[in-house]
Amino acid sequence: MESSTGIASPAFVDVDGNASQALLEGTLRELDSELIGLKPVKLRIRQIAALLLVERLREQAGFASGPPSLHMCFTGNPGTGKTTVALRMATILHQLGYVRRGHLIVATRDDLVGQYVGHTAPKTKEVLQKAIGGVLFIDEAYYLHRPENERDYGQEAIEILLQFMENRREDLVVVLAGYKSRMERFFRCNPGLHSRIAHHIEFPDYSLDELMDIAELMVRQRMYAFDERSWQAFREYLQLRVAQPHFANARSVRNAIDRIRLRQASRIVQQGGRIAKEELARIDEADIRQSRVFQGGADAGLAANGRTLPDGIEAKELA
Amino acid sequence: MRLTQGTFSFLPDLTSEQIEKQIEYCLANGWSLGIEYTDDPHPRNSLWEMWNLPMFDVADPKAILFEINACRKAFPNHYIKLIANNSTRGRESVALSFIVNRPAQEPGFRLDRQEAAGRTVRYTIHSYATERPAGARYNGRS
Repeated sequence: MESSTGIASPAFVDVDGNASQALLEGTLRELDSELIGLKPVKLRIRQIAALLLVERLREQAGFASGPPSLHMCFTGNPGTGKTTVALRMATILHQLGYVRRGHLIVATRDDLVGQYVGHTAPKTKEVLQKAIGGVLFIDEAYYLHRPENERDYGQEAIEILLQFMENRREDLVVVLAGYKSRMERFFRCNPGLHSRIAHHIEFPDYSLDELMDIAELMVRQRMYAFDERSWQAFREYLQLRVAQPHFANARSVRNAIDRIRLRQASRIVQQGGRIAKEELARIDEADIRQSRVFQGGADAGLAANGRTLPDGIEAKELA
Repeated sequence: MRLTQGTFSFLPDLTSEQIEKQIEYCLANGWSLGIEYTDDPHPRNSLWEMWNLPMFDVADPKAILFEINACRKAFPNHYIKLIANNSTRGRESVALSFIVNRPAQEPGFRLDRQEAAGRTVRYTIHSYATERPAGARYNGRS
């Protein structure tokens, strides 16, 4: 049978039978199990995966197909997993067969912007050259642009970046990440950048249950054990912590667990003597309840003094 | 006269795909690649002009092929070679080097003989191309 393009080929294609489909399912399942929550993110990754698969089938069937633009921008509050997902993106895109090498180059302002006239372009190009065949991840991309200084070299780096993103789309994927409000301000100053990024993915805040799941995962990874009562205490801790200022989602959970470990360690040392092996892993309810969060948080005193932290500056985690 | 310097020089010119395969081999060995060009291909002139710095930490052959093409565009009538450097301690030298671009017309060399003291004869190689000033050699005329 003749297809519409005039190329003789069977009229049906097997979507499930495709070898890359199985690999893709495995990758996506892994993503689902290791990253908690993040529904919109996972949905978008699934869509991209499906698109790449269909593109390949289209190519085999003789339809016109071109590599889609996969530049991405991740926005979201602190600790919502932007960097974690970006680091995985390289692997995912490599497994999908979109990038050839699947390596990840992480760049910040320092790596892209030069110190004197004529220094920026070669520096940016060198980084871009290294990223070819893989993913270039620019964390906190808004630092590239300094609106208060019109002679800042950041603009030059952005222009070269734009040129690369447009002309060599099939060679590399650029992922920008940053906090939402500052990213928006950044794009307002650089409208060309906004329109060249096809995927703007917003990372939502975690719900309390998701935070608990994350905590469970972290505790398991660090080989500690919470009992029933400590879990209850930790849940109460999170409920209070979420309402307090400078809450940073999963990062706050991680920091909380690290501080609980500190308290557990000092408790064990204070007790001294011979203890059961399991005691080294067990987290006591008291280790959690000692947190300052239960007394209204570390900022309770700070706020009373009328001191506030400027917008956007990430406060040190205090508890 | 076809210049035969470096690897593959007795073979027909390599295509882009073949060059890419060679680059892939170099990268797999962990060699860093550099591009050099000249219009004075005397055998003793082994240090050619560098096209940018050697490309360290580049992962993909396409990035290097892109630079080769950029160099070809800038110097279409020069000799351009790709050099792979092995930085392993104790080795620290060129591991592979081959010409990726050559001028359309290669006038070649002539052998000069010089009568010296007694009946000694000194021989030297003279490149016809160097009779023109640098930059004006190989401009399609021979």
